[in-house]
Amino acid sequence: MERKRDLTASAENPPRLLPYGDGAFLMEFADIIDRRISEDILHLNQQVRLARLPGLLETVPTFRSLLVRYDAGKTSFRTLSGQVMALHKAGGSEPRSSRLWQVPVCYEPDFAPDLADVADATGLSPDEVVKLHVGVTYHIYMIGFVAGFPYLGDLPEALSLPRRTDPRLRVPAGSIAIALTMAAIYPLVSPGGWHLIGRTPIKLFDPGWQQPALFAPGDSIDFVPIDAARFEELTQAVETGDYQIEPQVTEA
Amino acid sequence: MSAVLEITAPGVFTTVQDLGRTGFLDIGVPPSGALDPVALRLANRLVGNDETEGALEILHAGPEFIVRAPTARIAYAGADCTIEILQPEPVVYPAGRSLTVVAGDRIRLGAMRASMCGYLAVAGGFAIEPCMNSLSTYVRGGFGGFQGRTVQAGDHLPLKRETAPVGPDLCVKFNPGGKTVASSQIRVILGPQDDHFSKAGLETLLTSEFVVSASSDRMGARLDGPQIELLAYENFISDGITAGAIQVPGSGQPIVLLADHQTTGGYPKIATVISADLPVLGRMRPGSRLRFSEIDVEAGEAVHRQYKTEIAKLVSRITPVTEVADIDIDELYSSNLISGVIDGEGEQE
Repeated sequence: MERKRDLTASAENPPRLLPYGDGAFLMEFADIIDRRISEDILHLNQQVRLARLPGLLETVPTFRSLLVRYDAGKTSFRTLSGQVMALHKAGGSEPRSSRLWQVPVCYEPDFAPDLADVADATGLSPDEVVKLHVGVTYHIYMIGFVAGFPYLGDLPEALSLPRRTDPRLRVPAGSIAIALTMAAIYPLVSPGGWHLIGRTPIKLFDPGWQQPALFAPGDSIDFVPIDAARFEELTQAVETGDYQIEPQVTEA
Repeated sequence: MSAVLEITAPGVFTTVQDLGRTGFLDIGVPPSGALDPVALRLANRLVGNDETEGALEILHAGPEFIVRAPTARIAYAGADCTIEILQPEPVVYPAGRSLTVVAGDRIRLGAMRASMCGYLAVAGGFAIEPCMNSLSTYVRGGFGGFQGRTVQAGDHLPLKRETAPVGPDLCVKFNPGGKTVASSQIRVILGPQDDHFSKAGLETLLTSEFVVSASSDRMGARLDGPQIELLAYENFISDGITAGAIQVPGSGQPIVLLADHQTTGGYPKIATVISADLPVLGRMRPGSRLRFSEIDVEAGEAVHRQYKTEIAKLVSRITPVTEVADIDIDELYSSNLISGVIDGEGEQE
């Protein structure tokens, strides 16, 4: 059975509206991972948030859809989904404002437990793996799994590997990981089955921050290699509050 | 002197919870909050708090603690259990009322009967800084509530008030969590991914009896029962999750996602439990039986609005302990709606 749909967001080909209980619905654009579709979802996300629709609680952009949560005491599925669909139809070509983060990463063996295995499995040298990994600007498709965990794409095809067969119970915080077509950064110590090829000293999530997550869906990330000495230096500076990563912002 | 409750035994899984946090799903933070918000609201109102105040959520069996304040007012609502004042004189009280206690009182909440979830509120609330606009504890993330974790023996939970407020102790006329329910009817709206299931799979969901598994927790109620048949699919692409979603992994055993759910997930969601029935699920103990029935979105929304009204009614009927009246018919109707045991007439309005 063919289940793949590539529904490009357009007035002629609207997203599918899927009910999700009495306080949410999905606007589903596709069931593939695709950069253009992600942009369409993020664009609608921005439009919905800017519109300040009555009864809207929150939205969650993901690979395939936009989750819209609402208060059924203040609006309804019929009303709100109509408004969201109208926003989508109206289109609007204003670009999203976007943020580019330069994330320092140490790829040295102590910080990259799976780099040698990844090199073996891909037929590349560890240096070539790193070169490929830092060679692209990544797009944050969504944040999920655990608090502040960004799903980054697209990984160069030559680095695409299945997940590890033996997942780790404790992946160190800051680990840079790859699996399938994605890269990711583990914000906190957590279990994980991705290949760990580096580590960043920066902090991605702090519940005490005004904005608890550093990154948002739609942000871009460049990885910048650093050596172990710089890693230690930055780790100290992050702890004492003397280093705070700032993004380059492109206004809409 | 600062007022605290000193925990001497923590119970099975005791955390500070309020009505949860909204607005952080897109950065991977679940709502958390009370599994049974009806009981939380009642416990808070019994001590004169706003319904949104944080309280101790107690699962399975209660904690034991000593009052380290000149006086304090506490209240417990939810799963039926006894509130025992062990010292200085042993006295036993029922659930669903407030108690004015004094320094040195040693209090134990007993094992829960019938259901598994209740709330201990204290007048004025706990003196804890909100985290991301909420007092709810998210244990997996290690934040919120009291130090981001379950309470432990030796903890001193700080209180905002040093003394109990004036006025009489209060009681509820009806305590929804206290009811023994043989098998609950849980209403669901099909979707968002009901098209990933065979006709037989949908029928299994809507006609079978399921049993709450012992591996259930605040993330999700895992259900044992007949396997729900999925249509073949390759690598389902993750999408967003909302509380009440019934996800079906390859095993065919459904999981109803609860307050501490992951925010995105890679399993198809066959249906979603309506918000009015989520507290019923939240308070069900392992071994409880349930059946799902289908309702459409408009009807589900109508139930939601009615449910809000019924909660407000239950809360408004809190009375001083000395003036407890018999339950009248209107009261019974409200309470049945809240506890999810009436079927038929409540659904279609």
